[in-house]
Amino acid sequence: MSFRVPEENYYSKNHEWAYVDENTVTVGITDYAQDSLGEIVFVELPEEGSKVSQSEPFGVVESVKTSSDLFAPVSGTVIEVNQSIVDDPGTLNDDPMNDGWMIRIEMDTEKELANLIRAPEYKKLIQD
Amino acid sequence: METKTTPIFSWHTDHKGKMVEFAGFKMPIQYEGIRQEHLHVRQKAGLFDVSHMGEFRAKGPKALESLQWMTSNDVSKLEKGQAQYTLLMNDQGGVVDDLIIYCITPNEDYLLCVNAANIEKDWDWVNKHNKGAELINESDQWGQVALQGPDAFQVLDQLFDFKVSEMNSFEFKFADFEGEQVIVARTGYTGELGAEVFVPKSKTLAFWEKIMSLGESIPVKPIGLGARDTLRTEKRFPLYGHELADDISPYEAGLGWTVKLDAKDFLSKPILEKEKQNGAKRKTVCFIVEGRGIPRASYRMFSLDEQEIGTVTSGTVSPSLEKNIGIALIKAEHAALGSELLVEIRKQMHKVKVIKPPFVQ
Repeated sequence: MSFRVPEENYYSKNHEWAYVDENTVTVGITDYAQDSLGEIVFVELPEEGSKVSQSEPFGVVESVKTSSDLFAPVSGTVIEVNQSIVDDPGTLNDDPMNDGWMIRIEMDTEKELANLIRAPEYKKLIQD
Repeated sequence: METKTTPIFSWHTDHKGKMVEFAGFKMPIQYEGIRQEHLHVRQKAGLFDVSHMGEFRAKGPKALESLQWMTSNDVSKLEKGQAQYTLLMNDQGGVVDDLIIYCITPNEDYLLCVNAANIEKDWDWVNKHNKGAELINESDQWGQVALQGPDAFQVLDQLFDFKVSEMNSFEFKFADFEGEQVIVARTGYTGELGAEVFVPKSKTLAFWEKIMSLGESIPVKPIGLGARDTLRTEKRFPLYGHELADDISPYEAGLGWTVKLDAKDFLSKPILEKEKQNGAKRKTVCFIVEGRGIPRASYRMFSLDEQEIGTVTSGTVSPSLEKNIGIALIKAEHAALGSELLVEIRKQMHKVKVIKPPFVQ
């Protein structure tokens, strides 16, 4: 099976993607992650203004079969939350990379991006 | 341990089955999605590969005596062609496994169907406590297929020279399929009509494909382990390792009806007699979450004044009810129907209500 792994994103080993636009980082779960979880029925996201830390949980997704923590790819302040996926979690299965974005973070430091991986390495990770 | 495959493995992967390791087998967790598969079984008919289940044979003049000693239910009640749900007891008042015993010939020939995850543990246990039966582990010889759902008989009635729809619940028959002997049992794990069929490994795939093609107009769809779990949870059927365990008694699990204290002597009987007299300290309850959280196994349960009272044994979102449901083992004094309790989901308390099982009639 082949999963979408857009080149422009950073990836975490916990299967989140991070799109960096200057200081703003948009975060979601990868195509591989949504497929592994199966049908997603519930999402819990942080409030705007809350602080998140790199590799620490910031929310939860639940599928019929299991619940799974979401881990922040970078540290910073949550500046926007995608309320539409809370109301319609199925979006995460249909379009995890675009409409299924979860939060936007004002990142504390660019240096943390060095702890993330790029598309070729992420592709390798999900092939194993 | 090397991961095993069932005779239907390649069919699963050819039909979008998402394969996971379960109890040492590569099994399909889902095909098109747990919710759709679940509802399809409730509304039409679904086909399950349960070839991972274990099969033991107990034979000889000491077969009945040995099974009576190890299990909770009364095996002597079984006539030829009848099956019985029962528990393999340990000697501490807990449960080694839950299983179905099929009576092939009274007194001297029985088939035991045990959980895949427990095959080795059960095999060691039955050999250790055997009272002279000839025991054979036939797990590697059998595949097993279950067709379940309101439309299941439409297909099952075309397969053999008898009508499966005319069989009683927990009755079984030997039958011929392409020259091989199969065992057709009116049993299941979904609460729907249907059958479970033991098929020799060499013919399991052919049998599976035969059902798929006979069921094309319904249609019969393949169902993964994910929906198997949500289906059984809605009916409050126990799953070993969740509602049942080495340190959970039959009374605590709500399976007192499988314990026949007056019928015979058996492992743990004195402990169970005492427990029955004094009442179980814990009870298994079914609950519905009032808010949005989904309870999961091992989450903690609390009383309204936030005293810890037990743990969740199974939990999911119920596809039939579209509600979040759970089964929990809690202190008996909190188990009354209608009680309001709390379940802790990610450090937050959610209110739940104890209901009369099952979740789905």
